[in-house]
Amino acid sequence: MSGQPNPRVGLFVTCLVDAIRPSIGFSAIQLLEEAGCRVEVPQAQTCCGQPALNSGDEKDAAALARQTIAAFEGFDYIVLPSGSCAGTIVHGYPNLLANDPVWAPRAQAMAAKTHEITSFLVDVMGFHTKGRRLEATATYHDSCAGLRELGIAAQPRALLAEVEGLEMRGLEGNDVCCGFGGTFCVKYSDISNAIVTEKAEAIERTEADLLLAGDLGCLMNMAGKLNRRSARTRCFHTIEVLAGRAGGPAIGEEG
Amino acid sequence: MSAPEASVQVSFKNRAKTALADRTLKIAIDRTTGTAEAKRAVAVAAFPEFQDARARGRAIKDHVIAYLDHYLEQFERNATASGAKVHWASDDAEARAIITRICLDAKARLVTRSKSMLGEEIGLPHALADAGIERVETDLAEHIIQLAGEAPSHIVWPAMHRTREQVAELFKIAHHPPPAADDPATMVQSARRELRAKFLGADIGISGSNFLVADTGATCTVTNEGNAELTTTPPRIHIVTAGIEKIVPTTAHALSLLRLLVRSATGGELTQYTTFHCGPKRPGDADGPEEMHIVLVDNGRTRMLANEFREMLRCIRCGACMNHCVVYRQIGGHAYGGTYPGPMGSVLTPVLNGLAGSRDLPNACTMNGRCAEVCPVEIPIPTLLRAWRIRSWRERLEPGSLRAGIGVWAVLARRPGLYRLASRIGVRAIRLFGKGGWITRLPLAGGWTAHRDLPRPTGRTFMDQYRAQQADKGDRP
Repeated sequence: MSGQPNPRVGLFVTCLVDAIRPSIGFSAIQLLEEAGCRVEVPQAQTCCGQPALNSGDEKDAAALARQTIAAFEGFDYIVLPSGSCAGTIVHGYPNLLANDPVWAPRAQAMAAKTHEITSFLVDVMGFHTKGRRLEATATYHDSCAGLRELGIAAQPRALLAEVEGLEMRGLEGNDVCCGFGGTFCVKYSDISNAIVTEKAEAIERTEADLLLAGDLGCLMNMAGKLNRRSARTRCFHTIEVLAGRAGGPAIGEEG
Repeated sequence: MSAPEASVQVSFKNRAKTALADRTLKIAIDRTTGTAEAKRAVAVAAFPEFQDARARGRAIKDHVIAYLDHYLEQFERNATASGAKVHWASDDAEARAIITRICLDAKARLVTRSKSMLGEEIGLPHALADAGIERVETDLAEHIIQLAGEAPSHIVWPAMHRTREQVAELFKIAHHPPPAADDPATMVQSARRELRAKFLGADIGISGSNFLVADTGATCTVTNEGNAELTTTPPRIHIVTAGIEKIVPTTAHALSLLRLLVRSATGGELTQYTTFHCGPKRPGDADGPEEMHIVLVDNGRTRMLANEFREMLRCIRCGACMNHCVVYRQIGGHAYGGTYPGPMGSVLTPVLNGLAGSRDLPNACTMNGRCAEVCPVEIPIPTLLRAWRIRSWRERLEPGSLRAGIGVWAVLARRPGLYRLASRIGVRAIRLFGKGGWITRLPLAGGWTAHRDLPRPTGRTFMDQYRAQQADKGDRP
């Protein structure tokens, strides 16, 4: 990797974090700065384009890919608090723009320096969670895109293991999809509901205080289901816990 | 089997809804897929070379797909030399016509059949019935669904949608005498007794083929019940039906793929029965059919060679993708409405039946990637499903509301300034629908709020808050 002590990092907060839960974006800035990064948030960012990409709308997806590349390619690294959106940049963009002689190399260069945040902190920055304490039990759901497209599994667990007082509990089916799937959850609402119901049951069986995951989409789906079931599990993005924000409101709790 | 009204179009969503409401179905699905998943995991863990074997399996398939014409011609020469007759069928209708003709020419009245998904794909059961030929399914699960008048719901366990309790009820009515008890062993004995007379009385046995071996002209079937052997050996005529992608260069290649197939399908190391059929009975042979016919079926496969679905030709029909699919595990195989269910079926059904009528299948997927992760020949199934979505978008098969929604969203997302403004307004508007931290009902988001609450946006957008912070910092001396 770079070996740079203070890399310039472009933070892509993602459209969901921007609209629904800014706390995740501020946790990202805090952790990246603790790791020694100089963080900037380009104003030209909107959405990575995944809704278009997964709907088969290549034209709009490619337009958003070019827009995002132009906004971010000047940074040493591009970091996102989402394995799903990071996966779109790392794998989706080079495929989308493969036949464009100008943009294909730019997409590949961008892909090579784009990371999901927990993997960036561990694999690139060698970051350790220091001085965090949280007396709680928690379980962790592996979001599919991060797990399978980017190999994110050990990094968040390593960082969470360094939080004093936090007891991690295994989740049955931790690597099974929660039924979110972007537009899938509204297009095939009944099927999605059956899937997330099983997920919620597995989470409830752990009797953990907290559910943690690395993608807000999946978290909204699971937290929304848990709340509908009147479960007491509180849901946070992994990096909110790492940034010491688990004392504040969980997803769906009033601030 | 199916009455004319069964052909009335029932949408995927309706079939899925019916399946979701069927709790017995869910029990049956969970038992089979849960066992399959656990056994596969054990088998893969006990096979340290699995990843290498997978890469080799993929390479073998890619090679034969690239040289398909060469190997098919080699197979035809060698199979013909062994005394078999090779037929070529460009589509399902041609395949049915060839097979029916062979049966009628032989004045066959009773045909036994060992499980073959290709036979289902080409509509062979109906074709035999239309020709007035009695068909007896000899695979235990196929026997069950034949008695029930159903189609397979899984490519390895065709009757997996039925619990053993339901099977016991079925056998009680259909077997003469009925099974003495409803434990699995007694029920299997009862089925054996029912089928035995049919095996010996059949005029023709029809089987599928897991591998076509080019350099010997042999066809290979694998089963765990031995029914393929009893289907293909006693009758006077043996008919093999196989998709042209089943070709492998040599027996060694077939065995390489078999190691992947069995572990991925059942978690075993090898099937109980693995039989290579090389031509009909020769002079001096104790048994075997007098005639052997091999019907090689294209039915859309050569089209796939030339388009974005080429990698799907690698599929060895193990069923691991459906066993590990969250959607299949909720709705089962029948909801998919095609011959092949689950992730692989969602790629293949639009090839076979056209995209317009099966557009839902590639869309009803969360793109979680588990199917590709377990695929023994590394087929990038989510990528292929996305390829169908791209075609569907180009051909304007999506509902207008979705196209309009994506269109408006894209106009905004491509203009960051406007997007900021829209998300600021949107967040404020959405917040009005909630009290406290949750929104339980939201117009236009019924698909979400029907089943789960929506976390209420916590306040101003991140970008607004961040800009305000930066401005504060800038103001300070």
